Amino acid sequence: MSTNTDSGPISIAITESIKDGLQPIHLEVINESYMHNVPKGSETHFKVLVVSDKFQDMALLKRHRLINDLVKNKLQGKFVHALSIEAKTPSQWDSTYTVDPSPNCRGGFGK
Amino acid sequence: MNSIIRSSIKIGFVPAVTKRFCGTNPAVDKERIAQLVKNNKVVVFMKGVPEAPRCGFSNAVVQIMRMHGVTYDSHNVLDNEAIRQGIKDYTNWPTIPQIFINGEFVGGCDIMLQMHQNGELVEELKKVGIKSALIDESDESKK
Repeated sequence: MSTNTDSGPISIAITESIKDGLQPIHLEVINESYMHNVPKGSETHFKVLVVSDKFQDMALLKRHRLINDLVKNKLQGKFVHALSIEAKTPSQWDSTYTVDPSPNCRGGFGK
Repeated sequence: MNSIIRSSIKIGFVPAVTKRFCGTNPAVDKERIAQLVKNNKVVVFMKGVPEAPRCGFSNAVVQIMRMHGVTYDSHNVLDNEAIRQGIKDYTNWPTIPQIFINGEFVGGCDIMLQMHQNGELVEELKKVGIKSALIDESDESKK
């Protein structure tokens, strides 16, 4: 039901916060930090695919805000550098769907 | 979904930006941000400039706008820490880029991509009197 490509503490925290808050029928948490200009093993850039009933009749902006807030609360105010989100209802998703990687980094990891 | 990103022109390696600001600047206040976001029909807060985006997510937004032929105001948050913090406070949205249409916060890169894909972006632009270049193309091909 959920896949997690990384077992770092931030990755686990993101996974837990979304599981607790949204009871997703499918969840993928992907650490994309290796694609960026950060030290090896970093947990700075993430992408999540969340499929949940709770998104029914909810605008995209609101779905993203909900996920951002869950993660922000779990990380106690410290947000990751990048959190790319795909938030779908069960009817908008099927099990053959695969997540596209985020766009290539262009070197602007300022701080 | 990545066709736009894949087709985008890749620029050479750009070293990480040096810290020009030391975090002592206070965030730009809400009134000033409220003016900035209303200054043009479309306003984008991004990393880098449209000619040379410094982040893949900002670049994706630039490419989408280019495809639709939209002219817009852009603000480089890497050059201005006060705006970077000010905009995040204003929208309560944690990441850059951030896009405004008609002064209203629309979302970040992921939302723009989805709106581009499902046709919503064309509709939103139409509402504010911008005819997407993609519409012109499809009209032309029908002739």
